[in-house]
Amino acid sequence: MGTLAFQGLIGLSLAMYLWLISAGLTIIFGVLGVINFAHGSLFMVGAYLAFTFYGLLGFNFGVAILLSLAGVALLGWVMERFFLRALYGVDEAYQLLLTFGFVLILDDAVKLIWGGVFRIPPIPAFLEGSWFVVGRPFPVYNAFIIAAGAGVGIVLWLGFERTWWGKTVRATASDREMANAIGVNVPRVFSGVFMVGAMLAALGGALGTPVRVASPGLGAAMIIQAFVITVIGGLGNLKGAFIGSLVVGVLSAYGTLFFPVFELALIYLIMAVVLLVRPQGLFAR
Amino acid sequence: MSPPLLEIQGLRRTFGHLAAVDDVSLTLEPGVLTAIIGPNGAGKTTLINLLTGLLMPDAGTIRFKDQDVSRLPPHARVRRGLSRSFQIMNVFPNLTAQENILLPALARRGRTHRAFRPLEGEREAFADAEEILGEIGLWEQRGARVRALSHGDQRRLELGIAVATRPELCFLDEPSSGMNPVERQAVLGLIRRLSAEGRTTFVIVEHDMDVVFSLSQRIVVMNRGQVLADGTPAAIRENRAVRETYLGTET
Amino acid sequence: MGTEGADAATRRRGDMAGRAGLVALVLALLLLPLVGGRYAQYVAMQVLILSLFALGFNILFGYSGLLSFGQAGFYAVGAYGCAKLLLLKPSLLFGVLGGAALAGAAALVLGVLCIRHTRIYFSMLTLAFGMMIFSLALKWQSFTGGDDGLVGIPRAPLEIPGILSVDMTSLGRYYYFVLVVALLAIALGHRVVHSPLGLTLQGIRDSETRMAFAGVPVRRYRLIAFVVAGLYAGLAGALLPPMENTVTPPVAHWSTSADPVLATLMGGVQSFAGPIVGAFLYFMIKDLLVRFTEYWLICLGIIVVVLVMGFRGGVLSLVEGRWRARRRGGGAR
Repeated sequence: MGTLAFQGLIGLSLAMYLWLISAGLTIIFGVLGVINFAHGSLFMVGAYLAFTFYGLLGFNFGVAILLSLAGVALLGWVMERFFLRALYGVDEAYQLLLTFGFVLILDDAVKLIWGGVFRIPPIPAFLEGSWFVVGRPFPVYNAFIIAAGAGVGIVLWLGFERTWWGKTVRATASDREMANAIGVNVPRVFSGVFMVGAMLAALGGALGTPVRVASPGLGAAMIIQAFVITVIGGLGNLKGAFIGSLVVGVLSAYGTLFFPVFELALIYLIMAVVLLVRPQGLFAR
Repeated sequence: MSPPLLEIQGLRRTFGHLAAVDDVSLTLEPGVLTAIIGPNGAGKTTLINLLTGLLMPDAGTIRFKDQDVSRLPPHARVRRGLSRSFQIMNVFPNLTAQENILLPALARRGRTHRAFRPLEGEREAFADAEEILGEIGLWEQRGARVRALSHGDQRRLELGIAVATRPELCFLDEPSSGMNPVERQAVLGLIRRLSAEGRTTFVIVEHDMDVVFSLSQRIVVMNRGQVLADGTPAAIRENRAVRETYLGTET
Repeated sequence: MGTEGADAATRRRGDMAGRAGLVALVLALLLLPLVGGRYAQYVAMQVLILSLFALGFNILFGYSGLLSFGQAGFYAVGAYGCAKLLLLKPSLLFGVLGGAALAGAAALVLGVLCIRHTRIYFSMLTLAFGMMIFSLALKWQSFTGGDDGLVGIPRAPLEIPGILSVDMTSLGRYYYFVLVVALLAIALGHRVVHSPLGLTLQGIRDSETRMAFAGVPVRRYRLIAFVVAGLYAGLAGALLPPMENTVTPPVAHWSTSADPVLATLMGGVQSFAGPIVGAFLYFMIKDLLVRFTEYWLICLGIIVVVLVMGFRGGVLSLVEGRWRARRRGGGAR
């Protein structure tokens, strides 16, 4: 029983990384209608940047994270403003292909700029250590991640429900032309949303710096899981993405313990089943 | 006593709490060019979508040539002799005008699945297409890519695709929308000519009153999902309820 | 009247040039083993295989408007299927055609599921199914050999019982087999694309609603396109095992699914020869890039971005445009 609970907590912290990247992916789809294949790569670039600032240049952890967010936000802005935007009137297939092109570029670029695999930098001092949960040592950093993920969830919810910007975004998402007609600068909203989505992915990557090695394959690994989660939760559905992340994160944690063999196929099977049975997502209204 | 062409009984379709089409019953006889008019939101387009199969009714029946088609998908209704044109142009933009007409012609002859014979060998379909292109006046431009055609030409092509399946009943959704007076006259003349051939009965959804009164032999007025009035153009012009809710604001 | 005549003449001259080029190409391919070494034949075979793969992909994408990211799944079914069949009974036709047929069957089953969904969901479903097949290939040790794959696959003799039996151990012989199969498949594809079915698929790409209102059951035709693409992918995959004597899981990975996509994009989506030209270009470019830098994926990515942003018709539409412009400039008015 204790094992189950403990592994569940591990799964919960795993879920938070997934939540951050999926939130970004689903928001971008919900507003722009684009599935950003390069989202995993943005996650990865966030990880690399944070590693550089924190692990290599010795910046303060918090500062390193902020800098990595800024860097990826800039990257995201360039991607949307100068490339994606030109394709909005064209068949969506080409938007997908464009983001795929970005994957190829980014996944190799990190190899070019940073080279091979590194050491993992140490956990920042105030987050070191473990708490004892059900008799086992549960790393404080994991608890921090859970708190951070929940925090982001609350901020996003407040942002979309309560602020003027959030309302504008939601209006644009539900009816682009109407929003345009009432004076909303739709292209700017799109850029903004894309940047927010990119930053969320970067945050996910950056927060993993003290516990996970930044590697060129990270992007590809994350994007598939992010797809599955956004499909389960419903493309464009934030709440669904959150629940989906919890499901996938916790299942992964249990899976590594109990059914290691089928894990890979299982996740695709779930995605396929959801797409077939309820393509709008399990949590759509 | 031959059965009516189309028989609608108690048709109903809601969106949320709104009844876009609310208990509509109607009968259409062959050969009577009918217009459906009404203010925005009256339910005209929903009705057409229900009749052509883009939407499924919540209640009621649709009988076409004495067969229940209420829940059939669009292509099944087309194969029975029903068709439509669209308000927002729905042509095949990357194909030539000729290919646009060829497709429904091939479909009508059941030749669309032929994979191992060259397209050029389909003489009957090509002959059909030639006839229709002539009728709509696009024979000279048959080799042009549709996206290069003028708006008016594309509208005529749209009409051509709709009649290429040689339907007995054809719904035209605002066939003259977005046209200048010259183009409008051309389209109206075309509809009048096609109607006179007797093969197809046309039902037109329109906003332009001139078009409606000059073309139709019967007018159905809708408002808020229901049929408000139904009769000859003269009768409709005299109808007080209609004048109040709809024509009353225009002089 | 005059312009129409000039346009038709231009088209005719273009057709003749195209036909001449085709004949030259086929001749070159036929003579290859006499002039080139083993390496050249390997490359040529791989280009031909990718051509078939891309051709099928484009029937689905360029002609029917359906973007599939999972074609490698059927490619793998063809490859593994052929391998298994050859290990069962070493007859080349049995293996190759059998592998293709198995892929077609898989496409039929999965197609029924995928085809009812619209564009984005369709693409993601194909990605999911493709990766499921990949994980099957990787994990089902007992059947697929897992990570190591299947080895020792014979380059079986080409047998038609009672008529002939041709030994295939020499690479040159297998090269001609691949060439003939590819040319036949390409010719067949050309037929299909220029038939009523081909036009119907294009109509579906341009406007599904309009097709439904022309009286065509759209879903059925999408399935047909999907199965055809699967058959071509399977045939392409089935030609692999006798060539290399092994099959390993990467043939099913999504990165393999990307090959026909990139090849088609390069060559030209809107034309029949596009994927074939693209397969050739893709190989040449990859080969060239790999020689110059180990970061060739970046270059490839840049090429994709450039193509998508400005040259969505690929190389062939560029060539066609240049040709037409030149004729119009110099020709009679």
